[in-house]
Amino acid sequence: MSTATLPNERLGPIRTLGKTTLAVVEAVGDVTIFFTKILYWMSSRLPKPRVLLPSLYQTGVLSLPVVIVTGGFIGMVLAVQTYDQFRLMHMETRLGAVINISLVKELGPVLAATMLAGRVGSAIAAELGTMRVTEQIDALWAMGANPVNYLVVPRFLACFLLIPLLTIVADATGILGGWFFSSYVLGINSHHYWLHAIDYVGPYDLFAGTFKSTFFGAAIAVIACHRGFNCSAGAEGVGRAATEAFVFSFVLILALDFALGAFLQALYYTLWPSYGGGMVLQTDPSTLIAHLA
Amino acid sequence: MTAPTPILELQHASKKFGRQHVLRDINLSLQRGETLVVIGESGCGKSVTMKLLIGLLQPTAGTALLEGRPLSDRSEREMARERQRFGYLFQGAALFDSLDVFENVAFPLRQNTVLPEQKIRTIVEERLLEVGLPVSVCRKKPAELSGGMKKRVGLARALSLVPEIMMYDEPTTGLDPIMSDVINSLILQTRARRPVTSIVVTHDMTTVKKVADRVVMFYPLSRLQPDEPQIIFEGTAEEAFSSSDPRVSQFVNGEAGERIQELAVA
Repeated sequence: MSTATLPNERLGPIRTLGKTTLAVVEAVGDVTIFFTKILYWMSSRLPKPRVLLPSLYQTGVLSLPVVIVTGGFIGMVLAVQTYDQFRLMHMETRLGAVINISLVKELGPVLAATMLAGRVGSAIAAELGTMRVTEQIDALWAMGANPVNYLVVPRFLACFLLIPLLTIVADATGILGGWFFSSYVLGINSHHYWLHAIDYVGPYDLFAGTFKSTFFGAAIAVIACHRGFNCSAGAEGVGRAATEAFVFSFVLILALDFALGAFLQALYYTLWPSYGGGMVLQTDPSTLIAHLA
Repeated sequence: MTAPTPILELQHASKKFGRQHVLRDINLSLQRGETLVVIGESGCGKSVTMKLLIGLLQPTAGTALLEGRPLSDRSEREMARERQRFGYLFQGAALFDSLDVFENVAFPLRQNTVLPEQKIRTIVEERLLEVGLPVSVCRKKPAELSGGMKKRVGLARALSLVPEIMMYDEPTTGLDPIMSDVINSLILQTRARRPVTSIVVTHDMTTVKKVADRVVMFYPLSRLQPDEPQIIFEGTAEEAFSSSDPRVSQFVNGEAGERIQELAVA
């Protein structure tokens, strides 16, 4: 037997690389198939209110307190961190513009989604994982129900529809938190604070943040349900599914944030070219050589 | 005269999970109305066999047939319809934690029928009374029930659509002797009240004696030579208890035999 294991040891790193690559390709393929099943069932039979409402309540109503608190603190932290620099330039009243644009376009959607990946995503993965381990998913099949239709579609719809709304709530409480701290603690004039904020934050910014959060919501639901459905046996398996649901959806949120951010920026300057050039990349080789020289 | 088509059948069925071979070349059939009891050590593939027969798992090789037609020939929707003819009592009852007892028993009715709410209530209450539970348990959550009550609610749920085929996965495991006898009596009562075909997977020899028309015994593949059949016994309960095969007699009499030496080696 020892001779049989020798080649494996020699090829260790290559085998590991191959195995990891195969596992990643398989996982991506599996998640894609899972997502198409969700879309199929969503288009063929929508869940009954009796099934959908508890998911909406769990995802939406029960997440409100944590989202409100998160949003409020983000707004106040932004005020704390940016005040000194703006004060040096005597531009304190511009704080509203910076806080609000950061919140609406980036921090609100990303941090609300991260918080919800922890609260909602992990809970979904743990619940479905426990159902897998205790044969409740098999029981659904055995009773003629489709588990994707019965368990996944309501959770997907809840995340897809409500995470953008929760993001708007996080944005709103963040804006109020930033204003409260700037106005009542830092002593910035409220009138000018709001004037600059309104000047700088437009409907497109609000749309961009909300648009991104629909993708974040869908990503959290798909990853969490997929991890729960493919949970391995025992308490350890359920724990791993919950952790993986959070970690994988967090990475995906950041990757999507980058890709969608770049896309939305490009779209903005395509729709309204007179507002500037957007991201200008220094790709001209002669300029680069001149700089280096 | 040709033999009637079995209601359920496995033809040369094998099942592997990754590299682990659980079932190898299994041939098994169930005639309409009979009660087949499958016995064997833990991990020998009894529950997997039952899941192959209802299509919850697909065989790696071979075929599972319902009334002579392979399950793999049926679409997902067709299989969902066919599964309404089955009642499945899971080992841990597999009640839905988030639903109360009433909603659990009503689940197959809500899922597969358009019965009015009043009719659903009547059926749920009838099924609960049939398994000896008072209607007052309706609003309890599964977490508030004892092991025996969970099994009985699971049985009530499995019976709610009046199935033609009942599958019991270790129905008495983890229960005290009295509750085990209650469950065995319920299996008999279910069979007496309606023309049902049953398959029972168990380690419990009392269940075997009480309910079996026919017994098959599976043996773990790890203990068999590659050319040996995995089903090592097929016959009546009496034949199982008087079998001259030491592997069968040790199991039915609960004797470790040479396995004690394996423990000493370990």
